Amino acid sequence: MVLSRARREDAVTTIAFPAPDAAVLGRREAIIAGLARLLPAEAVITSEDERRAFETDALTAYRQMPLAVVLPSTTEEVAAVLRFCHAEGVKVVPRGAGTSLAGGAIPQEDAVVLGIAKMNRVIDIDFVNRTARVQAGITNLAISQAVAHEGFFYAPDPSSQLACTIAGNIAMNSGGAHCLKYGVTTNNLLGVTMVLLDGTVIEIGGAHLDAPGYDMLGLVCGSEGQLGVITEATVRILRQAEGARPALMGFDSVETAGACVAAIIGAGIIPVALEFMDRPAIKVCEAFAHAGYPLDVEALLIIEVEGSEAEIEDALKRIVAIAERFSPKALRVSRSEAESAAIWKGRKSAFGAMGRIADYLCMDGTIPTGQLPHVLKRISEICTGYGLGVANIFHAGDGNLHPLVLYDINKPGELEKAEAAGADILKLCVEVGGCLTGEHGVGIEKRDLMRHQYSEVDLVQQMRIRGVFDPAWLLNPAKVFPLDGRVVQ
Amino acid sequence: MTLPRSATISETVLTPENEQEAAALVAACAAAARPLVIRGGGTKAAVGRPVNAEATLSTKALTGITLYEPAELVIAARAGTPLAEIERTLAERGQMLPFEPADARVLLGSEGEATVGGLAATNLSGPRRIMAGACRDAMIGVRFVNGRGEVVKSGGRVMKNVTGLDLVKLAAGAWGTLGLLTEVTFKVQPKAERSATLAIDGLDDARGVDALNAALGSPFEITGAAHLPAGLAGERARTVLRIEGFSPSVDYRVGELRHLLAAYGPAERIVDAAEARRLWQDVRDVRFLAEPREHAVWRLSTVPTAGPRVVAAVAGLGDARFFFDWGGGLVWLSVPAAGDCGAAMIREALAPHGGHATLWRAPADIRAALQPFQPLAAPLMRVSEGVKRAVDPAGIFEPGRMYAGI
Repeated sequence: MVLSRARREDAVTTIAFPAPDAAVLGRREAIIAGLARLLPAEAVITSEDERRAFETDALTAYRQMPLAVVLPSTTEEVAAVLRFCHAEGVKVVPRGAGTSLAGGAIPQEDAVVLGIAKMNRVIDIDFVNRTARVQAGITNLAISQAVAHEGFFYAPDPSSQLACTIAGNIAMNSGGAHCLKYGVTTNNLLGVTMVLLDGTVIEIGGAHLDAPGYDMLGLVCGSEGQLGVITEATVRILRQAEGARPALMGFDSVETAGACVAAIIGAGIIPVALEFMDRPAIKVCEAFAHAGYPLDVEALLIIEVEGSEAEIEDALKRIVAIAERFSPKALRVSRSEAESAAIWKGRKSAFGAMGRIADYLCMDGTIPTGQLPHVLKRISEICTGYGLGVANIFHAGDGNLHPLVLYDINKPGELEKAEAAGADILKLCVEVGGCLTGEHGVGIEKRDLMRHQYSEVDLVQQMRIRGVFDPAWLLNPAKVFPLDGRVVQ
Repeated sequence: MTLPRSATISETVLTPENEQEAAALVAACAAAARPLVIRGGGTKAAVGRPVNAEATLSTKALTGITLYEPAELVIAARAGTPLAEIERTLAERGQMLPFEPADARVLLGSEGEATVGGLAATNLSGPRRIMAGACRDAMIGVRFVNGRGEVVKSGGRVMKNVTGLDLVKLAAGAWGTLGLLTEVTFKVQPKAERSATLAIDGLDDARGVDALNAALGSPFEITGAAHLPAGLAGERARTVLRIEGFSPSVDYRVGELRHLLAAYGPAERIVDAAEARRLWQDVRDVRFLAEPREHAVWRLSTVPTAGPRVVAAVAGLGDARFFFDWGGGLVWLSVPAAGDCGAAMIREALAPHGGHATLWRAPADIRAALQPFQPLAAPLMRVSEGVKRAVDPAGIFEPGRMYAGI
């Protein structure tokens, strides 16, 4: 969920936080003094002005002033802070760069924010074995930049990759536009150093494939900072393809575009990216980026393939031959670097461009791709029912939708309507066999919708496993699981 | 123990007809603290520590593909569905499981039909794992019965899903110790139009593994990278690479790779497609080490370039046979089944590089006396014990199959 433009200060938002623990608030000075004994002075942030920078993340409608913020520089410091908070019964909210769209890094008033952004070094790069060991506060893009001189990259590429940290990527199991071919974080992570709430440091995996024992790496990926704090990670790095080039095609109906996607995949072609926009999204993106998008179509596909020049030609020829069976109203293969860049600029600036004309909530459900026409029709009906507009942008190959529910924050009641429409859309995603969140995470945003996807038994089983790592629910506790019915050991 | 009427009991084999029956049986066993062995086709029953169980829970009657959408690259099946049925169904639409699962019978000398549940529970991946990911990477949804007799679902049928904790990954490779899988959903992949195999002959282990990693570090998307020392697949050592894709692309990449690897010697294309297919099947199934049957076989995962060094460090074991898959990172090692089968020496040799060693094949008394799965550091073991208790509080599922206590 993204709130753009000016924030309405009196916005009434609907997601609740647990009441802060008065006893902890009352001990604030003692807690800060205790933290100050563990860390250098500049690593403990207590003044209201400085704490304000940490009161929200990319879900800016919600904000909570934390008790204090600590910015440790080593695994040992992280362990000391966690051990202390555990002993004192103080909640901890781990934080990477604070780019969560789901409110995953929003603090609580009675919680200490533990930011790992200072831990941003590359520790070791092994090009021959194709791995990189990094401190977990490094940004996603910085990993790719650190290995680019040898022609390598780190594959998962969330839109926020310039700012977001690998720790946050692990917490949310982040994806990106290229995960149809390269997978998401969990498929590219080999090892982590993680500190448990009681200060225990555990090493999971390493630089080799398939960690022994239970798949704890898989469990930690997407656990939204509730199992421990990641301080180091080993990731796979891959050699870049020789080149990449997109094709652009427009169709007069959503159904036809969906059928074309199915036919391409059915023909055994897995493009590196397969992006979809509907008419409202095309219009806004074209006005912003002047990418030469056709304006008279209902659906636009951007399909990118990789390889040598000849391989790209061959793959695009196959794709175009399939697309022509669906009578596209527009079909253009990029002929130059500049043209490719313009095509991607439109897509990549979609959220920003949309933010210039309206406020919006960005949803993140996933659906079985065969359900696309039905779901897009229902999304339009849902939003119309609330008197709101909607634009759809999504990763067509894997069914990860990003409907942007448009509203005006200055009209009283519209944000609440948009939140209600967003919830209806996510319920729809679950109803057709999909899920609430494909890559943004649950956070606080979708916490209260979890019972639509999971039975009580499913949720209780997850909570029992969560309890192994944090029995007292001190780590990022306001997130993921509905506030009522929690299992506390 | 009370059993539902339709459940069949033959000696102590429980064969539930459906998921609800399975859940009721497990609940009854949990209440009676009656440990269970879970049995699919039994092809990998002889891996891990021998389990003392009072009954066998069979998935034989939990069969059938429940969902297959080729255009969405997804297939789901009940746990007892034969793997062969999945592979046949996918092949009819030109698709496959991406991770190239092995036929475990070749190495283990077992019989029976591998099932979807057994595949998922053992997280078994073949040569294509280096490019396409492991079995656990292709698993996007599971249904399972936990130790309380409750039916739990995690994940689903869509390939991007970060909703809640990922219990799918936990179920993968847990060897049944975390519950009875009843249904598994996999992400699938189109079969490549063409496949080509390049072979360089006569390289020693270190040089062979270097050649593999030079290729793996190229943009040419290698889908198989194995080094077979002399005497395994011919008199001379063979270093083999597989390239898959559309025909023009495969031809181009073969040419580029030959050029790239020129320093290692001429890379010859194996022209006979059937021969190349058999070769990769043999790598996948570890056929080279099936004999001598009385030898113990280890499966080592380490950093690719460390593979040959680890093997060199255990040369003292005598009469060792081995080969390298995954660019050197997966070492299959056959040694005489005597003493600790080299456990201490192998794990010591791995330690400086990181990695793990699993005793994949050995007589039951040796597997009972040793730690067939890589011992875990104390903090990780404590968390593993906690996870086991959170899922199976009475400890009835395959107790001790992986580690004592879980």
